[in-house]
Amino acid sequence: MAKKRIVSTTINGTQKDFLCEPRQTLLEVLRDSLDMTGTKEGCSNGNCGACTVHLDGRPVVSCLVLAVEADGATVETIEGVACNGQLHPLQDSFLNNAALQCGICTPGFIMQAKSLLAENPNPSEHDIRFYLAGNLCRCTGYDKIVRAVQDAAGKMSGCCSEAKV
Amino acid sequence: MRDFDYAAPTTVAEAVQLLQSHNGAARPMAGGTDLIDQVRVGRLTPDLVVDIKKIPELTAIDFSTTGLRIGAAVPCYRLYHDAQITAAYSALTDSATIIGGIQIQSRASVGGNLCNSGPAADSTPSLIALGAIVVIAGPKGTREVSVDTFCTGPGKNILERGEFVVEIKLPARAAHSGSAYQRFIPRNEMDIAVVGVGVSVTLDAAGQNFVAAKIALGAVAAKPLVADAAAKALIGQAVSEATIQKAAEAARAIATPIDDMRGTIEFRKHVTGVLTARVIQQAVERARAT
Amino acid sequence: MSTTEANPGKKYTVIGTRPIRHDGVDKVTGRAKYGGDIRLTGMLFGVMLRSPHAHANIKSIDYSAALALPGVHAVVTVDDFPDAENKIAELGEGAINLQHLRHNVLAGPKALYRGHAVAAVAADTVNIAEDACKLIKVEYEVLKPVLTAPEAMKPDAPLLHNNVYTNSLGEETKQLSNVAKHFRFEKGDLEAGFKAAKVIVEREFNTATVHQGYIEPHNGTAMWNSDGKVTVWCSTQGSFTARQQVAELCHIPVGNVKVIPMEIGGGFGGKVSVYLEPVAAILSKKTGRPVKIIMNRADCFEGTGPTPGSYIRVKMGADANGKITAAEAYMAYEAGGYPGSPIGAGAMCVFACYDVPNGKVDGFDVCVNKPHTNAYRAPGATNAAMATETVIDEICEQLKMCSMEFRLKNAAVEGTRRIDGPVYPRIGMIESVEAIKNSDHWKTPLTGKNRGRGIATGFWFNCGLKSAVTATVNFDGSVGLVEGSTDIGGSRTGIAMQFAETLGIPVDQVMPSVGDTDSVGYTDVTGGSRVTFATGWAAYEAGLDIARQMCQRAATLWEVPADQVKYENGGVSGPGGKQISFKDLVVQTCKHGEPIVGRGSADPQCPGGAFATHCVDVEVDPDTGKVTVLRYTASQDVGTAIHPAYVEGQIQGGAVQGIGWGLNEEYFYDQSGVMRNSTFLDYRMPTCLDLPMIEAIIVEVPNPGHPYGVRGVGEVPIVPPPAALANAIYNAVGVRMTQLPMSPPRVLHEILAKK
Ligand SMILES: Cc1cc2nc3c(=O)[nH]c(=O)nc-3n(C[C@H](O)[C@H](O)[C@H](O)COP(=O)(O)OP(=O)(O)OC[C@H]3O[C@@H](n4cnc5c(N)ncnc54)[C@H](O)[C@@H]3O)c2cc1C
Ligand code: FES
Ligand code: FES
Repeated sequence: MAKKRIVSTTINGTQKDFLCEPRQTLLEVLRDSLDMTGTKEGCSNGNCGACTVHLDGRPVVSCLVLAVEADGATVETIEGVACNGQLHPLQDSFLNNAALQCGICTPGFIMQAKSLLAENPNPSEHDIRFYLAGNLCRCTGYDKIVRAVQDAAGKMSGCCSEAKV
Repeated sequence: MRDFDYAAPTTVAEAVQLLQSHNGAARPMAGGTDLIDQVRVGRLTPDLVVDIKKIPELTAIDFSTTGLRIGAAVPCYRLYHDAQITAAYSALTDSATIIGGIQIQSRASVGGNLCNSGPAADSTPSLIALGAIVVIAGPKGTREVSVDTFCTGPGKNILERGEFVVEIKLPARAAHSGSAYQRFIPRNEMDIAVVGVGVSVTLDAAGQNFVAAKIALGAVAAKPLVADAAAKALIGQAVSEATIQKAAEAARAIATPIDDMRGTIEFRKHVTGVLTARVIQQAVERARAT
Repeated sequence: MSTTEANPGKKYTVIGTRPIRHDGVDKVTGRAKYGGDIRLTGMLFGVMLRSPHAHANIKSIDYSAALALPGVHAVVTVDDFPDAENKIAELGEGAINLQHLRHNVLAGPKALYRGHAVAAVAADTVNIAEDACKLIKVEYEVLKPVLTAPEAMKPDAPLLHNNVYTNSLGEETKQLSNVAKHFRFEKGDLEAGFKAAKVIVEREFNTATVHQGYIEPHNGTAMWNSDGKVTVWCSTQGSFTARQQVAELCHIPVGNVKVIPMEIGGGFGGKVSVYLEPVAAILSKKTGRPVKIIMNRADCFEGTGPTPGSYIRVKMGADANGKITAAEAYMAYEAGGYPGSPIGAGAMCVFACYDVPNGKVDGFDVCVNKPHTNAYRAPGATNAAMATETVIDEICEQLKMCSMEFRLKNAAVEGTRRIDGPVYPRIGMIESVEAIKNSDHWKTPLTGKNRGRGIATGFWFNCGLKSAVTATVNFDGSVGLVEGSTDIGGSRTGIAMQFAETLGIPVDQVMPSVGDTDSVGYTDVTGGSRVTFATGWAAYEAGLDIARQMCQRAATLWEVPADQVKYENGGVSGPGGKQISFKDLVVQTCKHGEPIVGRGSADPQCPGGAFATHCVDVEVDPDTGKVTVLRYTASQDVGTAIHPAYVEGQIQGGAVQGIGWGLNEEYFYDQSGVMRNSTFLDYRMPTCLDLPMIEAIIVEVPNPGHPYGVRGVGEVPIVPPPAALANAIYNAVGVRMTQLPMSPPRVLHEILAKK
């Protein structure tokens, strides 16, 4: 078996080192080694967006990133979105708009929407639909998700966990 | 996923050396959006994955009066976030905005799209239309080839053992030229092209006649097709519905698609003509707009 | 979004509000634990080896090399399960023969579909288990597959089973066949009915196999303890059903199995049958360690239960006034590898929206070499509605009659007898059609080239079944509510709301949770649109139980006879204007006497059917056949909307699944029976970029068979969309689609053929 590697990263603002096999994806390491199961697995081939995290500020599907590639990188996951016990406006608006049913897609949508709003604080409905097209939701028909993002965009001024893109 | 080792060289020479090792079972990786999935499902069986993103040349973009050089591992989003590239090489940024979703575009590269050599790759027809040159490094040094001859079949290309693509060069945009890429997919995103068409045209100063043209088709043959007959139908002719239709017919005539889960032969042939006409029209509009 | 209340008089304080769900914060922060998130000390990982062939005899399995691989702890095949009884297990929504279930979980003498599990490995990591699977040698004798119902019904078709005999019109025949069952419903005089018709339309339809497409893959984790007790953690629509299946397949008493339901990432009917849990249990028994198995996405498509492809022929006649005179249907549904498609439900639904005086329906349950089909949201009804609702459109065209008026004229009402027998109680078919007729959407004319509007209606029974709830009152007046229905879409809040309504307390004072099979009474599956209806009823009963106990407490406190106190307005009132709120009473009396515990259970019989009417505007690209949905409105009689936001969510989600079914989703097979599109990239479920907002119109015709008037909500919205889309496509470009999905190549083919 290929030698395991030590990988040094910053996850949600905290320095984290872990040991992994080259064949392990970032998703596997987050979930299985670091016990950060907030990032979800829906397909493991990049098609559903449930595993979306931010890698050096860009949204990526963590099932298509090797964990060794994260050496020296910063990673942001759903676990880091609420800060100091306070929900992010997107988390609030997902709750207020009933934008989740089973909720398995929700962490991925929130991570993706967060980077949308960092890039484009005032998105149109079409902008939202375009940016979120890599995230599948089978429960909601997306209506309430799109509304939640619109709602959060309207309310987002000065949250402490703003992403830089 | 099967076991493999990982290396992240920082120079081209180091990468070439690593790629020669492991008896041909070493494989370059750019964004990994094809590679990781293909290893998982067993289509690729590398013993060593060579991450080429740490080599500075591979992630450089150089836009100048003489043309554009894109490192082979530059992710798609950096292309369409660049206003100069979007204006001058519209077909390429058309492609870059539709490969996968936003998350995929954070990682997926044009080099990877080309080297994966899928018949439906979205950026290859654009590269062909724009006259790209592929710069390849290998054990015997560096060579340059036209992108037209790069792909040889589904998943196959001219790269030899130890070779990899360093960068892609595009000529400077000609005056009064415009380019575009469109594909047909059943959904509006997150889909693989059923037909893809890349077009670049140059008009006369009045914007009335075609002076030059290049057309390429994706997903309608075992590899991306250079549609020279279609381009010939335009060159020297007046811009008109009839001319464009002739070119569309010529494109349709060379398509040799298959029936599969993405579309039927009948559908692909028909839509090749439809899209070719639409994309020429769009390229003309862009040429006139400058 | 609008709410039409047919019963504005009745006012509730909690019901009809939109509180934030109790499990919400956990789900938006990633803290909620789903089945795949479970981690146990010493846990091993299981991987299933699956058949590459659609139809094959399994001659031998040699797993010695796999077992020898370092890190591998056990390998199992079907022989590790005890023989199963030849009996039917009822699963709430659907039923299965236990022998078939056993062989579906791990293939027996034959692999009956590509992706059929053949063996399973437990190892230290998933990667090692995968490596080990490659070392298992299976000798197959490959047989010719048969992939559609019409093919499988031919006399010379390859046979899947050597012990499935056709049950024909209620009688067991001696006929070995792929047709497991043929049944018939009849009403009136069919021949006379057709004679009375002015217009008769008869059409044939073929619909593709489609998948529920839940985003969370199947998973199952089990620990077989040395005392013979088995604990299972899984994402299931029914923890008690999962317990029953594990117990039956492993031949252990039900009481020895505890199922701990984790949060579940979607099911839609597909997470009722077990696939992994019994295998994890047997692997755990062999290794003495907990074993977890998670499917990958391809396994979800190829190795679980999609909903059937079908062949349907519908013939309908109407007189000059547009009254239906007769209707006839021939319906063959693919059961997949083992008998048991939802043909029964499909056949009951096919004409259920209408008052059909003379009718006949023939249903066939047909085995084919595809995964054993399972429930999917109103199982069987969507295929049927595609046929009936487009035939109606054609009849109306010939009669030059508005199809909305036709539907109103023929609508089933209270007292209408369905062809399969039952007579409707108060239902809201007419109201659901009228809600569309009065909608802004319908009243706004559609303009533009290649655009068309279509409508369609749909019916689903909903079901009752058993539910249980226990409530424990805390000393501060809050209440812990344990219920047995696994919560897929916010239902624990809808249940808590009914409980809170009953006691007149704020819903944020109720803490609902989903109990495991040892901690709450038997509860049937989360399916059949039954949870808010039946488990809500149980919560209502638990509330009444507590109210009774509160009355006794107040009587003691006030030293008055118990019959002089009454529970009302969120507290107890007594003689002389005495009044005390629930909370105050709890706080004052909690230190004395026994803790207050309430129980409620229900097995209601009158779910009250649900009707939906959908209206869609499309634009068709005549050069590519691509259909774009421009606007969509769905109305539905929901009885009473407990939590309107989640009711809308059910309607929107169901409608979008129906749109996917109608336009692009299908299992695409090659000739050898291999599914060629078992990824989310090629199995094209709608993304948000493919859709407009979905307007949901909630119609409330309270169900007389429920204390709060609830009908089921979740399933019927998937029924009308394909037919509504087909009708809209016809109005846009003049082609009648009779195949699902109506994908661009098919639509373009029809357009080109018409030219
Ligand atoms: C969800 C999803 C959606 C997708 N949608 C699209 C789409 O719409 N259109 C489309 O065209 N593709 C699509 N793809 C495929 C893929 O994203 C693209 O082909 C992408 O451009 C590949 O780039 P990459 O950098 O990720 O390549 P990698 O995966 O890193 O590499 C791809 C292949 O090329 C080889 N390679 C990479 N770089 C080099 C090099 N410099 N020299 C030699 N060989 C090299 C690798 O060894 C590998 O075989 C999709 C993939 C996913 C997962
Ligand atoms: S799990 Fe990564 S995209 Fe689906
Ligand atoms: S809420 Fe279930 S998949 Fe989105």
